[in-house]
Amino acid sequence: MDNNQFLTDWGLTLMVFLPLAGALVMMLIPRTEEVTHKWVALAVTLATAGVGAAVIADFDYGATDTLQFAVNESWIDVIHSRYAIGIDGLSIPLVALTLLLTPLCVVYSWNHFPEPRNPKAFLILLLVLHTGMLGTFVAQDLILFFVFFEIVLLPMYFLIGVWGGEQRQYAAIKFFLFTLFGSALMIVSFLALFFVAGGDTFVISELAQRVAESDVSRWTGLLIFGGMFMGFGIKVPIFPFHTWLPDAHTQAPTVGSVILAAVLLKLGTYGFVRVALPILPEAAVEWAPIIGALAVVGIIYGALACLAQTDMKRLIAFSSVAHMGFTMLGIATLTDFGLNAAVMGMVAHGLITGMLFFIAGSVKERYHTLEIRRLGGILLKAPRLGWILGFTAMASLGLPGLAGFWGEFPAILSAYEPGAGLSQVTFRIYMVVAAIGTVFAAGYLLWLYQRTAFGTTTEEFENEDIPDVTVPEWVAWAPMLALILVIGIFPNLVFRVTDDQMTSVAQSIAAAVGG
Amino acid sequence: MLATLGQVAQDPFARPAVDWHALAPDLVVVGVLCLVLVADLFLPEDRKAVLPSLAGLGLLGALVPVLTLAVDGGDRTLFGGAYAVDNFALVLKALFLVAGYVTVLLSTNYIAEGDYAEGEYYFLLLSSILGMTVMASARDLITIFVALEMLSIPAYLLAGWRKRDPKGNEAGVKYYLMGVFATGVLLYGMSLLYGVAGTTQLSGIAEALATGESVPVISLAVVFVVAGFAFKVSAVPFHTWAPDTYEGAPTPVTAFLSVSSKAAGFVALLQLVVIGFAEQAEVVRPLMWALAVLSMTIGNVVALRQTNLVRMLAYSGISQAGFMLAPMAVVGQIGGDTLTSVVTYLLIYAAMNLGAFTVVMAVARKTGSAEIPSFGGLINYAPSLAVLMTVFLFSLAGIPPLAGWLAKFVAFRAVVNADTGWAYALAVVMAVNSVISLAYYANVAKEMWMNPAPDGDQTPVRVPVSLTAALTITGVLTLAFGVTQWATELGDMANFVASAVP
Repeated sequence: MDNNQFLTDWGLTLMVFLPLAGALVMMLIPRTEEVTHKWVALAVTLATAGVGAAVIADFDYGATDTLQFAVNESWIDVIHSRYAIGIDGLSIPLVALTLLLTPLCVVYSWNHFPEPRNPKAFLILLLVLHTGMLGTFVAQDLILFFVFFEIVLLPMYFLIGVWGGEQRQYAAIKFFLFTLFGSALMIVSFLALFFVAGGDTFVISELAQRVAESDVSRWTGLLIFGGMFMGFGIKVPIFPFHTWLPDAHTQAPTVGSVILAAVLLKLGTYGFVRVALPILPEAAVEWAPIIGALAVVGIIYGALACLAQTDMKRLIAFSSVAHMGFTMLGIATLTDFGLNAAVMGMVAHGLITGMLFFIAGSVKERYHTLEIRRLGGILLKAPRLGWILGFTAMASLGLPGLAGFWGEFPAILSAYEPGAGLSQVTFRIYMVVAAIGTVFAAGYLLWLYQRTAFGTTTEEFENEDIPDVTVPEWVAWAPMLALILVIGIFPNLVFRVTDDQMTSVAQSIAAAVGG
Repeated sequence: MLATLGQVAQDPFARPAVDWHALAPDLVVVGVLCLVLVADLFLPEDRKAVLPSLAGLGLLGALVPVLTLAVDGGDRTLFGGAYAVDNFALVLKALFLVAGYVTVLLSTNYIAEGDYAEGEYYFLLLSSILGMTVMASARDLITIFVALEMLSIPAYLLAGWRKRDPKGNEAGVKYYLMGVFATGVLLYGMSLLYGVAGTTQLSGIAEALATGESVPVISLAVVFVVAGFAFKVSAVPFHTWAPDTYEGAPTPVTAFLSVSSKAAGFVALLQLVVIGFAEQAEVVRPLMWALAVLSMTIGNVVALRQTNLVRMLAYSGISQAGFMLAPMAVVGQIGGDTLTSVVTYLLIYAAMNLGAFTVVMAVARKTGSAEIPSFGGLINYAPSLAVLMTVFLFSLAGIPPLAGWLAKFVAFRAVVNADTGWAYALAVVMAVNSVISLAYYANVAKEMWMNPAPDGDQTPVRVPVSLTAALTITGVLTLAFGVTQWATELGDMANFVASAVP
């Protein structure tokens, strides 16, 4: 019992700040002790995952729509911001994803730190990033949320800028400026919301209640939502704010791309579901058709852009734009069905695209190029790597039985019957367009697979020794591959956790617009 | 004869009651500066190193009465209301003393190792700090003016301290000429104010200005006074002295000017705007709005083009001043929030900006340059300095969890709180500007982290003890202010307007 009480009070805080503590310890270890750094980082991420696992195991799955392990302590009183954290059905899948992925990234980097190496700095940044990501998913106070949301920027900026590809400096600053622009408008929105709601709390649930009780004028609501839309939308990224993404993903080191795709993009979609929709349901209904339209434009645009890519990593990056389009379409329907699909889409995309970036990194390491036309015949040279690429590509294009399907298909289906106050015709058009997008997705992924894995090895690599999947790669990839399959077969693993929470979000929106 | 004298002596002369406790912080500084001056005369050349220690200890000593006064609580007013020791004054006195102490730490090696007069340097520095601590308490036009001159005149001399360097001369002359011109404008405005109000006390002026209508002479007076202080805080379009002065002055003096001297200007401006011109907010607001928008935008855009880090910090300081002016653009509409947010901003700005200058000085000891490319590869040969500089720069850019975000946040909060179209427009300009500023701060970070050392020289930087101490103070504060409520609590404490709107 004592143990449980400790876990209830301190579990989440411990989980969020353990990586930061680890980073501080690592700062004191000299740089030359590379092996020590690797072990400390691995131990810290595993310990964090352990604490997180204990929390997730202790979570009461009978009440996923209520906040559990909640802590609400005073923090910065003068600005009425509180240290309010907690998890519910929406947080758990994303927290779990983050907890799983970071140790895998440490394992994957074990023997191949990109130039200029310096594992100490690399791993410290990774740990700081870890704290930022976990914090965002558990924060229940807008200011705390904002702080964690921004903490991830700095480490990612340096990961891209120091360890990235040739255009790394350009990509890093572009990523930073784009996201900061969104956040600056977002914080103005948060403040406006705070004053509209009476000016005494930033706690999300209380804000939602206050806003519902006071009559916020239509335009105020729309503008505030607009500010949040910029903040979250750039992070997702929604078309036309996606231009930072291909550069950042392509230039980032493998681990950076994996974390960017798997977790950072989710901060945006998570923000929509956690903050924007519950607090401003009426404005959400008015914005939904626009978001839906941009989402389907993103799906088609991303797919077409993929077809035109000659670089494997850039292709995967653009496929993210398309996939996040499905997630946003699910959110835009404002139905429990669509929101569930969106959360599933986030998890699935995290696993699958993360995996694709891992593979791209490994291919790059073996072939020293990612130019699709110079690759070819991976199945001959490194059959296991080729099969894993095939498996992941299938999952990415939404093959039933693998995780990707459960993110994409329900999202499309949910647009058939959008939530109260939304035009059925409009959303059915979106549905058709999105469905066409899946065909494109099959097209570009199969074509990519055909050009890289099938056929014969190109002449330049014919006599090169291309090693197959190594042990650290197996260790890092096996859990992800297994999860892609397991979630594909038992999607209820995720849906059961998220359903109650998403239903209550959708219901409160429907209630707010009187539908 | 003797009898008449005795008669005079017996006449009832009422000495004004002096609250020595209230004056103690300033008196300690006076004592120390006299001590430094005298000690300099009698110390042999090789023992001059005692002087900075003496000055530093004196400044810390002056903090003691500040603390006892704070513990004692209550507002004390002296000299018929011309001099007040309330929480506002105490918080700012503490700021000036700590910032002054860090400046002494920065100066220790720089002044000792260069070919400079040491005793006079610390004497003038302490005089200037004394002007600032007096400014924090000044509630009267004359006191404000005396304090302003007391802090400015030594600063003119300090700015030109590198007297054999043409750039140093340019720094001193430019600062002096611009400064006295601003003083002239300010005095003219003050004389108009006195003419209208018939009193020099801020509270009396506030009553006299409460006409309820706009009178041209009052507006003119307000504009002149504000313009006079706009020079001091280097707000656009009164900023032209700042970059040249900052570049030419000795780096510790630059740090001092960009933090303490600027803060003193803001203190005076705050007192005038919140107390004196309380009833003339309609005149002040558009003026501040324009100054804020111009300062942050032009400061930022020009900073983007700088290749010298000190010049860049000068322009970034101009832009930061714009952020501090922003809450004054909604004065009168948000109760005491103007005070809380500007004081919070000043505290945080002092910590992070002094920190940035400290790193510049530490690195310049090896590279001998403040050009941005000379910071290349710093992460490889001086990782701690590079990490600290990264912390200070991104704090200045306002990236959480570093203190700067909270400073920007309280400024945003104050502006959005006003809930007017103009205020929202200002908030959007601030949002855009905080993004622009990131570009040049990140550029320095990029140089340190991502580019190689320009000359391939990888020998580590030797950081002297005094600079290490300065880095520790500013670094700890920059990190702590960002995640604790200390800065905002102090800012809130300094708020002497009782009716605070949430």
